[in-house]
Amino acid sequence: MSASTVPDPIRLALDDRSRGWKVIDGARLTRDYLIECDVVIVGSGAGGGTAAEALTQAGLKVLMIEEGPFRSSTDFRMRERDAYPQLYQESAGRQTRDKGITILQGRAVGGSTTVNWTSSFRTPPATLQHWEKSWGLSDYTVEHLAPWFEKMEARLSIAPWPVPPNENNDILRRGCERLGIPAAAIRRNVKGCWNLGYCGMGCPTNAKQSMLVTTIPDSLDRGLSLIHSARVERLAQRYGRITSLVARGMDSDGVSAGPWKIRVAAKHVVLAGGAINNPALMLRSALPDPHQRLGKRTFLHPSAVCAAIMDNKVEAYSGAPQTIYSDHFLDTLPHGGPMGFKLEAPPIHPILAGITLPGFGAGHAAWMKRLPNLHVAIALMRDGFHPQSEGGNVAIRADGSPVLDYPISDYVWEGLRHALAVMTEIQFAAGAKIVMPLHEDAKPYRSWAEARHAIGGLPMQTLRTRVASAHVMGGCAMGADARDAVIRGDGRHHQIENLWVFDGSAFPTSIGANPQLSIYGMVARNASRLAQMLRKPDPRFA
Amino acid sequence: MKVFSRRAFLKTGLAGACLLAAARTLDREVFAQESRPGSLDLKKLANKDAELIAALAPAVLQGALPDEPSARLVAINEVIEAFDRTVAGLSPAVQREVESLLSLLTFAPSRRLVAGVSKPWNEASSDEVAAFLEQWRNSRISVLQQGYQALARVMIACWYGNPLSWAKIGYGGPPHAAELGLL
Repeated sequence: MSASTVPDPIRLALDDRSRGWKVIDGARLTRDYLIECDVVIVGSGAGGGTAAEALTQAGLKVLMIEEGPFRSSTDFRMRERDAYPQLYQESAGRQTRDKGITILQGRAVGGSTTVNWTSSFRTPPATLQHWEKSWGLSDYTVEHLAPWFEKMEARLSIAPWPVPPNENNDILRRGCERLGIPAAAIRRNVKGCWNLGYCGMGCPTNAKQSMLVTTIPDSLDRGLSLIHSARVERLAQRYGRITSLVARGMDSDGVSAGPWKIRVAAKHVVLAGGAINNPALMLRSALPDPHQRLGKRTFLHPSAVCAAIMDNKVEAYSGAPQTIYSDHFLDTLPHGGPMGFKLEAPPIHPILAGITLPGFGAGHAAWMKRLPNLHVAIALMRDGFHPQSEGGNVAIRADGSPVLDYPISDYVWEGLRHALAVMTEIQFAAGAKIVMPLHEDAKPYRSWAEARHAIGGLPMQTLRTRVASAHVMGGCAMGADARDAVIRGDGRHHQIENLWVFDGSAFPTSIGANPQLSIYGMVARNASRLAQMLRKPDPRFA
Repeated sequence: MKVFSRRAFLKTGLAGACLLAAARTLDREVFAQESRPGSLDLKKLANKDAELIAALAPAVLQGALPDEPSARLVAINEVIEAFDRTVAGLSPAVQREVESLLSLLTFAPSRRLVAGVSKPWNEASSDEVAAFLEQWRNSRISVLQQGYQALARVMIACWYGNPLSWAKIGYGGPPHAAELGLL
């Protein structure tokens, strides 16, 4: 095997003892541990990484615990079969309880930021207005958050992407243009990107400014302790305070907890394990939930998928994965009416294409043989803004592991049907010869008229319609009123004074856009406020 | 009549659950000592699970697997090994679901009753296998639809994750392999 010409900053730092990084591999423990610290952070994704930066900058003693492994660019070999088991929850096959929705969610140091497709949007103003009006989140206005978005955009090199879109994205742009649907370019969190198209398997060139290569290494330089490959099992609380946290090192199989325990006594606990794992941890710990809000209102941006065969090569596996979007069907379908959706074009690699295309055997193989000519569009439904879109519900199984129920209402199904029709029309407008909405009962259609008629009659049902999600939000909703919400607007738990939720699980609705920058901005503010509160007195003035 | 009674039986739900439990415990215990195929190194799958996957692969992956017999055999064995690794990477709760599904299909009485396949999997005709897949895919019983999708999608993922599959679909593999140390 040849060596990569790209240096791996994580491996270099781990090998350099003078850096003094405190990193423990939970899968290689040989004894129990007891650790004291100011703040323990559970999870290392967009929320955990951003919180670690703010808290270590304030001189606090911080411990971060991540269930997934510590992998870095040397390990990112652009092969789906290696990347999915290593870097994703359930080997990229996490599903809702009825198997109706497949969820792509990261599980590694850096969380989903290690594997996301780099799309960077500020929280849409309409979402923030809804939060202010319906959730009493008065300091979540565009103006209040703008400086925090600016700060994180600078920190993570979030900027317009100057390279022309790949053909997969350009087809979306052209189709929209021909129909008079406004589309625009997506900003990305990259620095020196090679335009490879393999962001979802971990960036092999360290161009993606994920938590893995930014806030986490910098926090380790400032004294952060990191335990990876360890699962937090339980929080103990007494008189409205968390008194301790218990984690277990993972077994060598990587999926179950091993025998060794890590007990943590921390003044404050920050949960940043995502919208499925945070509520599950709180449910396992039987934390107070007087109004039965915990795990409720979990949102997914449930997404419909539409495939097309183009005359020319598309090679949707090559080039920056998501660079064009349209918010036309969010902007023209306001909250309260028919469901709005965001249009994007995802990367297509062999496994992802294979498991998303419906059917089996010769029909499936025929589509796979056209992989280089395949165009795929997705529509991300904006869930959580209508009485018939209450999202899902996280529960725990007998063994304590989380499971998400996400019943899809007729309202949401009609939104998904509308989205399939819109994507089909766009693909034909861009010159597609054959279009197929991904549905077990759909056929390849040769014209918009034929497809429109057929889509109108498709049975919109679980397991018949392909529904995917790459964004898990909510479940620990924030809100001013303790009767509606788990945490307050500043991230603090309504009933437990030293417990904070700093990630996308705090959102009271979905975002209506890829959520990473929403998490960065809101957590940067909330974690800075916590850091301010806990800041060590300067010894010079003590 | 056969179809009707099978449906009626499953619709009771409770009976279905009992059957599953029986299939799991009886089957795993009786065959616990069973040897695994010498050539395959399997962590999670039993020999009969491997036989099931070997029987399903030509139908699920029709048109995708190599036609040349020895290459085809290698491909199917690699699908079985990848299936085994996939199961090992699932959470224990989901592993138990997959184990139930495999037991249901490999325990002869439930194979006949629920899958409608009268012969052992390694003797079933390709038509019988395809009919089983199509029946479960379109079943009104959601647990059977789930079972079909789990089997088909895992097998499809196992094959298309394998570089051996890429030539047929025109995928050239990761770019800049030399510079990035992937060769």
